[in-house]
Amino acid sequence: MATPKHLQDRGKERFLEAGFRLLCAFAVLLPLSLLALLIGDLLLDALGRIDLDFLQSYPSRRASRAGILPALVGSVYLIGLTTAIALPVGVAAAVYLEEYGHRSRLAALIEINIANLAGVPSVIYGLLGLGLFVRTLDMDRSLLAGACTLSLLVMPIVIMASREALRTVPMALREACYALGSTRLQAIGQVVLPMALPGILTGAILAISRAIGETAPLIVVGALTYVTFLPDGPNSPFTALPIQIFNWVSRPQKAFLENAAAGIVVLLLVMLLLNTVAVVLRARLQKRA
Amino acid sequence: MARERLSIQPPAESQGPRPATKYKVEDLHASFDGHEVLHGIDIELGEREVTAVIGPSGCGKSTFIRCLNRMHELVAGAKVSGKVLLDGEDIYDPAVDPVLLRRRVGMVFQKPNPFPAMSIRDNVLAGLRLTHRFDASRAEAIVERALSGAALWDEVKDRLGDPGAGLSGGQQQRLCIARALAVEPEVLLMDEPCSALDPIATARVEDLIHSLKEDYTIVIVTHNMQQAARVSERTAFFLMGDLVELAPTDRLFTQPRDSRTEDYITGKFG
Repeated sequence: MATPKHLQDRGKERFLEAGFRLLCAFAVLLPLSLLALLIGDLLLDALGRIDLDFLQSYPSRRASRAGILPALVGSVYLIGLTTAIALPVGVAAAVYLEEYGHRSRLAALIEINIANLAGVPSVIYGLLGLGLFVRTLDMDRSLLAGACTLSLLVMPIVIMASREALRTVPMALREACYALGSTRLQAIGQVVLPMALPGILTGAILAISRAIGETAPLIVVGALTYVTFLPDGPNSPFTALPIQIFNWVSRPQKAFLENAAAGIVVLLLVMLLLNTVAVVLRARLQKRA
Repeated sequence: MARERLSIQPPAESQGPRPATKYKVEDLHASFDGHEVLHGIDIELGEREVTAVIGPSGCGKSTFIRCLNRMHELVAGAKVSGKVLLDGEDIYDPAVDPVLLRRRVGMVFQKPNPFPAMSIRDNVLAGLRLTHRFDASRAEAIVERALSGAALWDEVKDRLGDPGAGLSGGQQQRLCIARALAVEPEVLLMDEPCSALDPIATARVEDLIHSLKEDYTIVIVTHNMQQAARVSERTAFFLMGDLVELAPTDRLFTQPRDSRTEDYITGKFG
């Protein structure tokens, strides 16, 4: 008796299977190898320039003496201020949408808008920051104006990450609180938020570490490019790492390009540090929870 | 229509004197998103008595007890109308604060839900901490009394600092009962408290219910008719959002007056 057709030779199927697998592997390897190439090339350029002096010096017209200190300090300020603004506001917004607004029409409208806002180009946020913070609120070209602008930029992502984290807290625990006679505020403050905190912090830090590499909005709100002093408070004029890098890249001399490479390495290290903090924080808090 | 059903209940036949009325429910309607799940319930629940609520899935029995401590309205789209008198006072009166009400009416849920981040001790004290009534000097006494009341003290007294979520399912459920007792309620609502437990853990919780009725008015929703027969003085049979029959438990299971009750308890449906 002849073998039925669907049990015969599987050659074609096997070929397709192997081909698809190869295609998927290629899709992983291509961007990874490009990224490795980029970082390798960067490190080659940067290694000659990156040392303690580079981190401790102010910009200079002579490439070999120029350093990144004001930009680094400016970026650290921005990270701190942006976190201080975006985190509380973003978490409060998420709490409203998840715990209070839930199914109201207003909440639905806000929800759609937040999802759309996350996709708005960062330069638009820069223009908003320029109009609102720098001009209308008269913050001038200050760290505060820059941090407010970056906060707007990361807010949608912080809100979405916080909502996701709040949603992972089982409804049963909220009900347990209410059944014990607690108010919404008591339940949220003592049970829901502490449980959602690892997720919220991780999401927020990742969002901020992305924002810290943004150049466009900071240029628009008027970050300086040649700064020979350290910011002395939130009202101080400032520069930041991506701005300094952008400035060096646009110079014709080759030596400045090496500075730019070294600056990029510093920026990447700052981001890596932030992401590590996020991972460690999450592990720590989750163990406790 | 609902009144008619009430009138078929025996006033006090064969039993001793009825206990004082704790809850008097009049024409209670409840709905989700405009879909009515309780169609006018009239019922009285006696003080310090165990009332079992039985019926097939979706008959509204869980919704009914969630109306007794105003948990039903916490679900988005949920609505309630009618009167629920607790000690003669309508708990749906606008002047009544549902938060204060829930401090008098404790609840135990189907799935044990101890707070995962808290120790056994902190779980028991959670209600007092949450509502800022915590008094450190009384804490140890409260923990011991609540855990003893929930028949859990002997099993956990040497490890009160261990996480509550590390206990077995049955112990977790008794921990949840202890947590409810610690806020000193007058009424305990239990929503299928044993459905996630094995038979041994179930037996312990049932024993516990027997001792708790000395001090508390208990309403227990159960899927399990044997359980209703074992723990309750009176049983209410719900079907499709209506209270079909309320009677002393032994009479309801031996001589049901409504044919639908008979069909249900003899296993013809459900």
